[in-house]
Amino acid sequence: MIRYFAPLAVFAVIVVIFAFGLHQAPRKDLVPSPLIGKPAPSFTLPSLANPATPVSNAALRGHWYLLNVWGTWCISCRIESPELLAIARTGVVPLIGLDWKDSRSAAIRYLKQRGNPYQQIAFDPGGLEAIHWGVYGAPETFMVNPQGIIVYKYIGPITPGAWARDFLPRLQAGQAVSGS
Amino acid sequence: MSRRAPLGALVLTVLTLLAAPFAQAIAPTRLPTPALEARYERLIHNFRCMQCQDESLANSPVSLAADMRRQIRQMLLAGDTDQQIRHFFVARYGYFILFKPPFVLKTAWLWLAPFALLAIGAVSALWFIRGRAAAVTGDDEDEILDDGLSGPRKHT
Repeated sequence: MIRYFAPLAVFAVIVVIFAFGLHQAPRKDLVPSPLIGKPAPSFTLPSLANPATPVSNAALRGHWYLLNVWGTWCISCRIESPELLAIARTGVVPLIGLDWKDSRSAAIRYLKQRGNPYQQIAFDPGGLEAIHWGVYGAPETFMVNPQGIIVYKYIGPITPGAWARDFLPRLQAGQAVSGS
Repeated sequence: MSRRAPLGALVLTVLTLLAAPFAQAIAPTRLPTPALEARYERLIHNFRCMQCQDESLANSPVSLAADMRRQIRQMLLAGDTDQQIRHFFVARYGYFILFKPPFVLKTAWLWLAPFALLAIGAVSALWFIRGRAAAVTGDDEDEILDDGLSGPRKHT
């Protein structure tokens, strides 16, 4: 009896493995960052609005902030932009922009048209700083705590659902702890 | 037969067109010594392009790959070792960026799974062959019936 069912059982195991593999395959675009739990790379970059004014994340020590990597060439960033504006309006956490591989004039025009959700924007046209953050696409958003540790990374456009599910609980938990 | 010739030509055309971007994908390198050039060439073939994922930095035409190649050139010029360059990228992008992942606890299953599967296959094959051999040589009727082999049972 076992002899007849053994091939079937093996086949079933293979089907399960393949189904698992195929199901996981689309998530291949979400590569987990090894920087979670590590200190955020410190940067000092020219600001988008004024090249003479540097933007540095050292000044953000002691505060929670989100570093949002974007560019005017990035279609998903346009989809994300209304949600970023909504987040900025809540005032829960400051948004710091990293304008990645972009043209200064195009970026300034883009923000004038759509509104600017960012408290500060660092300008990285050459993409050198982005490599330090392990950026491989846009938009990507890093959550950094007051100790300067990256606690979370979100890949892709932030949706209202993602904000409520992935961002707010972490921020509230963290702020409750650091506030006490 | 007559339909195959145009198809072949079409395939060749498509392949030629597909190859075009790769000609310009490899950035002009300006490293001072042939030794550095050789290390650069080897390094860019060992890192994955994070955007296209199944291509190396050497073959990828996307601009992030160009940025990473520039980073590697700068580190080579600054005197970094291959090991330091590997550490730099692994620290930022994880082991996923290496085409050949190292043998660590997290990747152990990746390296050991083929051997485990081979062992399972070998044990099953042995089990099967021994069962069959016992059935063929065995003259004990009960044993044959217990085996449940279809061949000998037909004769009984």
